Amino acid sequence: MIPEIGHFALILALLVAFVQATMPMVGAHRGNQAWMAIARPAALTQFGLVAVAFGCLTQAYVTSDFSVLNVFQNSHTAKPLLYKISGVWGNHEGSLLLWVMILSLFGSAVALFGTNLPPGLRARVLGVQAMIALGFYLFMLLTSNPFERLSPVPLNGSDLNPLLQDPGLAFHPPMLYLGYVGFSMAFSFAIAALIEGRVDAAWARWVRPWALAAWCFLTAGITLGSWWAYYELGWGGWWFWDPVENASFMPWLAGTALLHSSTVVEKRDTLKGWTILLAIVTFSLSLLGTFLVRSGVLTSVHTFATDPARGIFILGLLIVVIGGSLALFAWRGPALVSTGVFQPISREGALLFNNLVMTTAAAAVLLGTLYPLLLDAIGGGKVSVGAPFFNAVFIPLMVPMIVAMAVGPLLSWKRADMKPALSRLWAAGGVMIVAMIAVWAVETDGPFMGIVGIGLAAWLFMGILSELAGRIRLLQGSLSESLSRLRRTPRAAWGMTLAHLGLAITIAGMTGAGAWKVESIQAMKPGDRVSVAGYDFVFDGARSGTGPNYSILSGTFRVLRDGQLVTMLYPEKRVYNVSQQPTTEAAIHTTFLGDLYAVVGDEDETGAFVTRLYFNPLVGWMWAGVLIMVFGGVLSLSDRRHRVGAPKKRGAGLAQAASA
Amino acid sequence: MKTGPFILALLLGLLWTAPAWAVNPDEMLADPVLEKRAREISKGLRCLVCQNQSIDDSDADLAKDLRIIVRNRLKAGDSDGAVVDYVVARYGDFVLLKPPFKGTTLVLWLGPAVIGGLGLWAMIAFLRRHSGQGGGQGGGAQAAIAKAASRPRPPPLTDDEKKKLRKLLKEDGP
Repeated sequence: MIPEIGHFALILALLVAFVQATMPMVGAHRGNQAWMAIARPAALTQFGLVAVAFGCLTQAYVTSDFSVLNVFQNSHTAKPLLYKISGVWGNHEGSLLLWVMILSLFGSAVALFGTNLPPGLRARVLGVQAMIALGFYLFMLLTSNPFERLSPVPLNGSDLNPLLQDPGLAFHPPMLYLGYVGFSMAFSFAIAALIEGRVDAAWARWVRPWALAAWCFLTAGITLGSWWAYYELGWGGWWFWDPVENASFMPWLAGTALLHSSTVVEKRDTLKGWTILLAIVTFSLSLLGTFLVRSGVLTSVHTFATDPARGIFILGLLIVVIGGSLALFAWRGPALVSTGVFQPISREGALLFNNLVMTTAAAAVLLGTLYPLLLDAIGGGKVSVGAPFFNAVFIPLMVPMIVAMAVGPLLSWKRADMKPALSRLWAAGGVMIVAMIAVWAVETDGPFMGIVGIGLAAWLFMGILSELAGRIRLLQGSLSESLSRLRRTPRAAWGMTLAHLGLAITIAGMTGAGAWKVESIQAMKPGDRVSVAGYDFVFDGARSGTGPNYSILSGTFRVLRDGQLVTMLYPEKRVYNVSQQPTTEAAIHTTFLGDLYAVVGDEDETGAFVTRLYFNPLVGWMWAGVLIMVFGGVLSLSDRRHRVGAPKKRGAGLAQAASA
Repeated sequence: MKTGPFILALLLGLLWTAPAWAVNPDEMLADPVLEKRAREISKGLRCLVCQNQSIDDSDADLAKDLRIIVRNRLKAGDSDGAVVDYVVARYGDFVLLKPPFKGTTLVLWLGPAVIGGLGLWAMIAFLRRHSGQGGGQGGGAQAAIAKAASRPRPPPLTDDEKKKLRKLLKEDGP
């Protein structure tokens, strides 16, 4: 009964979305207030209906209702409650339901808190939102119904893929989707602006918080996935240029460009057409990302639910959304007139350079990800495009950008001078050289990129601090004056500073993890001792146990340094009861300079266990840096300038979206 | 019902991921120099069944076979290049994570440079048009002003819009 309610609610949501996609658009075109006003209740109703559908599916999961095919395929009675709930979106159909629920949630946020928007713009934004939703409802109801029944009812389910039964991966999809769908708001605003033919600073102020919130979620989502790979796959890798990772990285790159270009629209009233195009491209890449993972086009470690039969619908939807919006852009885009002069050496010039690098990088990732599929489709043979290709393309793009990132914030808007900006970077240059020499002295035999990476991180970090020091006139006046300037620095400026500092720290972490990893793989008997990067790992044996729905082999390591105990490590190997699939749970001890990382494997005939011991340098910096970046984004989001027009209500809206 | 084939696929999937390990101690070569070379070569070779991992990272059985082949060739005295050629001869270019530079991959390898070049060209063209250095000193700026002046004036603000503007200005001020 309850699954049917969910199914019915989904059909009703489709109908409501149809009304929301048509009447307000026509109303806005004709200036009919009553028709435009339909958008608001429709958006709220639509959200209510999807929430009911989502609730029904969740109920089926929590109560293990195996008469629902989706639950049977992805759940099991012995599964812990957290993974029963995360199982709702750990599959194709359920993840689409989550996607469209977030979409309608954001839509109702605009309906509720967008009272300061011009009525026409609001009606059109909600109309475009409903059009996207329409595509998703049709896709679900026609090809991917999460409520499909199963008869006869099986006694138990076939369990969720054990790799997904993990706290990191439980929250990875919702985070990613909050990011993807957040960019749909920028998209809807872009389409509405194209229809209206007007883009101004107020428009940019509306779009920016959505893009920023989406960026924060997407950054966090990608990092959760990366962190999961790091501790779960058992050898300390964190990024593989896997097509599915690329699928989430492309919208991130384009979205980062969008964030920077929307600042230019807001401050300088130029780059309008480009910003609109970026909003379209970012969301298109988000859609592509959602569907690349879900269509079965890519076969990879990450793709657990695939059905090529759905491919045709997806392709059609992508063509309609991307083709349609680009055609609209080609038709209406030229009408967007930018005012103001644009000097190359200026803040906006630096932001434009950021856009050039970011979009080129996104295009290169897109090319590398789709090339094997395209070549295969035209009968050109099979090729693989892996990490070596992406590194070869990415590093030459990122090096000049990071160099420029220290300079950009020192340039003023409109027209700047390079010389005084560069003269303020002598400290950064000095620290960079010292850091590079220090790295070379310590890791003489290490790869050259290690020296370059740390040098760049030091340059960026010090460059950003120099900009902050200059902004508060540190050492140029009294300390109290500097402090009061520090206090009066707007949160948006703090956000920028922190996000860039976070990136510098992340770069250092990535460099360390990539360049100086120490590895030791061997068979160890209890009592054996192995030395890794100056740490002694003593193996104290392993014992068996049972978890809620798996059996465990748990190893014990004592880690000593100069005879002193540093930490105990308890890595696990789990074998899940239903699927008999093993997973590894690495034991990690984070220190300032790197992670001690241990993995235990099977016992051989002689009573020895395969163990993998690593020292992964600076990995903690990577995660810390990303946290700082996201914190910077959230801080900037809380800046009152973003809430202009309706301070209290808008703030509440974002807080609600953020906590969802 | 679609269940039948699905369960079959699921079972096949389970067999596919039968437990094994990435590089195991029993596969490793005694000579550390040779083993290091084997690891480097392995990082560039794709595990064919898991689609996107290198054989060095993958725990699939086929990856293990390939790792052993690589090590056997190294023990036989092959150079790094000869080992890779040996594997490519058996499995094709598909096994290389870094695709070779040739006719079918021309677009792939040159694509990013072409895209970046076009972007740079577009950026420079944009800056030329808008920076005021395009047609003589200050010509661009004057042209921009003239262009702005020739545009039809927007309709005057309504009272409602004026009120909203005042409200906005008040809230945005210091």
